[in-house]
Amino acid sequence: MSTLHTEEMTLNMGPQHPSTHGVLRFILRADGEVMREAIPDVGYLHRSIEKIAEKVGYHGFMPYTDRVDYVSAMFTNQGWGMACEKLAKIEVPRRGEYCRVIAAEFNRIASHLLSAGTMGMDIGAFTPFVHALREREMINDLIEELCGARLTFNYMRIGGVAWDLPPGWREKALAYLDHFEPILDEFNQLISFNKIFVERLANIGVITAEDAINYNVVGPNLRASGVKWDIRKDLPYSVYPDFEFDVPVGQGQWGTLGDSMDRYMVRILEMKESVKILRQALTAIPAGPVLAKVVRTLKPAAGECQIRVESARGDMGWYVVSDGTGYPYRVRVRTGSFAAMGLIPKLSRGLMIADLVALIASLDVIAPEIDR
Amino acid sequence: MEPLKIYELVKERFGDRVLEIADKKPDPFCVIDPKSIVEVCQFLHDDPQTAIDALSNETGVDYKDRIEVVYHLFSYRHRHTAVLKVKLPRENPSVATLENIWKSANWMEREIFDLIGVNFEGHSDLRRILMPEDWEGHPLRKDFVEPLEYHGISTVRESPIVRLEAGKK
Amino acid sequence: MSLLNTFPEYTLTTRTDELLNWMRKSSIWYMLFGLACCAIELMHTGGPRADIDRFGASPRASARQSDLMIIAGTLTLKMALRTRLLYDQMPDPKYVISMGSCSNCGGLFQFAYSVCDGVDKILPVDVYVPGCPPRPEALTEGLLKLQEKMMTERWLTRSNGAREKAA
Repeated sequence: MSTLHTEEMTLNMGPQHPSTHGVLRFILRADGEVMREAIPDVGYLHRSIEKIAEKVGYHGFMPYTDRVDYVSAMFTNQGWGMACEKLAKIEVPRRGEYCRVIAAEFNRIASHLLSAGTMGMDIGAFTPFVHALREREMINDLIEELCGARLTFNYMRIGGVAWDLPPGWREKALAYLDHFEPILDEFNQLISFNKIFVERLANIGVITAEDAINYNVVGPNLRASGVKWDIRKDLPYSVYPDFEFDVPVGQGQWGTLGDSMDRYMVRILEMKESVKILRQALTAIPAGPVLAKVVRTLKPAAGECQIRVESARGDMGWYVVSDGTGYPYRVRVRTGSFAAMGLIPKLSRGLMIADLVALIASLDVIAPEIDR
Repeated sequence: MEPLKIYELVKERFGDRVLEIADKKPDPFCVIDPKSIVEVCQFLHDDPQTAIDALSNETGVDYKDRIEVVYHLFSYRHRHTAVLKVKLPRENPSVATLENIWKSANWMEREIFDLIGVNFEGHSDLRRILMPEDWEGHPLRKDFVEPLEYHGISTVRESPIVRLEAGKK
Repeated sequence: MSLLNTFPEYTLTTRTDELLNWMRKSSIWYMLFGLACCAIELMHTGGPRADIDRFGASPRASARQSDLMIIAGTLTLKMALRTRLLYDQMPDPKYVISMGSCSNCGGLFQFAYSVCDGVDKILPVDVYVPGCPPRPEALTEGLLKLQEKMMTERWLTRSNGAREKAA
């Protein structure tokens, strides 16, 4: 066998592939089954959202922010709303802030469910995907009653949210949370501690804490590497200081600290924390208006600002430059998935091709966040 | 530390290579000479008072008379932000890369090269990232004109209202 | 329209075209071509609640094994060339459903410099499903409309492999 002559192959894991989480393309340089490097090629979903902002104005940009990250659209809405409010010095009423937090935390649960389900599907298990979709459909029903849409919500406005909670919605939401907590334990029993699942994910794609901070990896990926950092706790915004919740951090008990299994478990534990926040928010929501009075053609004073929101995929940064007219001069979204993709050439050395699929699933990248 | 204090610290150390400290609302920023941006960032990275360990965001903005590259620096230890800017001329804008200090600059600088056209000296792999390889032009510039077709696919779509109006007449 | 007559002796009478079309429409295998937001609704349509597997539609990963391509999401110019390549790889008879506003006409990204305004610039489309994103029920109706279209095709009497539609 030592006289077997091997050569390096260049394979294309093309933009159409069932497990690339959107249109991503990888050029794999592989020596048999083991990879030397996986070079990502992005830009297949570049829809020039940043340039469109300069044409549609501040209020009109809100539906476009949904499409930046469609799986967790409430956070992008919130980020844009907060950036415009900071520029134009608008204050959101308290009930509006509570509605924002409720909608956002439901969206976090939905996004993590989809991430856990597709992770199971990429490893090869189809059943967790269907279980996750079943729960996600129930959350979609709740949110549809709230704002009319299942996926790209356009629920928040500059100055608050568009509609108040419908009558009877609070009770339905609390009943759903009671139903959801045991389902999460059932999900864990089904897949999370399954021996094959653990062995496929442990020790794959280890990101150390220094690497994570240097490459600007954020969100659950950063917390899985041991860094206890959450924008909701450390640079608080909105009404998050009113709530008591914990920030789960990777422990490294199945392999090395910062491997794919840690990233998966951090997401499962975050769902439990979101349920806690939701219960507190739904019981303590104050009365009042949900939307501040804002002029139709918003013309903030010239200046620039930066906002950071803790989205399901991590810290999302919005940088908005205004020049005093009714149209923004420059809008920039800096997302967590963009930085995570930049780390893949380094992480993929020595992995097998099937492990690359598990690695991408564990980083929870989504194509429009990378390409915008 | 407040951002203004960070800028004062940089000014003490680097003197007149700091061109301007703008105390604007809501976010103040500091303009640095393009030739010394790498030294300033290395100082901010190493100094224990500032301890900037992450380049949170890097953006290119196209103004009518110049192109600016804006750096948002962040420290996890002290939880403070600093905003640095570099002003470049519109013809052949060029600045040194920050890739050797913070690796996150790699892809962000590729995007700025692709969409605005700033050349980063010393970058290990400067090529287009979001647009196709054979695209011409830098789309986020204000004077960018859309091409009429790309590989045989026309980029013009007539609105159906135009056809309706033409049919009514 | 009744396809089959039953006599007490359990004899079925039908036309060959209708029998063949009925077999073809009851097992349409679609290619997973989710590009953007509509891909999530495509996944939900294949999911537990609005299940299109009960119509025989099963997802396939490869273009060579599928007879339906559901373009779900925005088509950028960079992706359009690859989409044409994938369409050419599908074997005949093949169908295309354009799902969502972005692939119908460019959707809300018509201002963009890098978006191909509508997939019908590069492919022939059979059914357009509007929505942003269309609900799973809307996509199911699109699939049923495609099944109706398939039932009108003359299969045996076609000439040199091209699909001929009934008048």
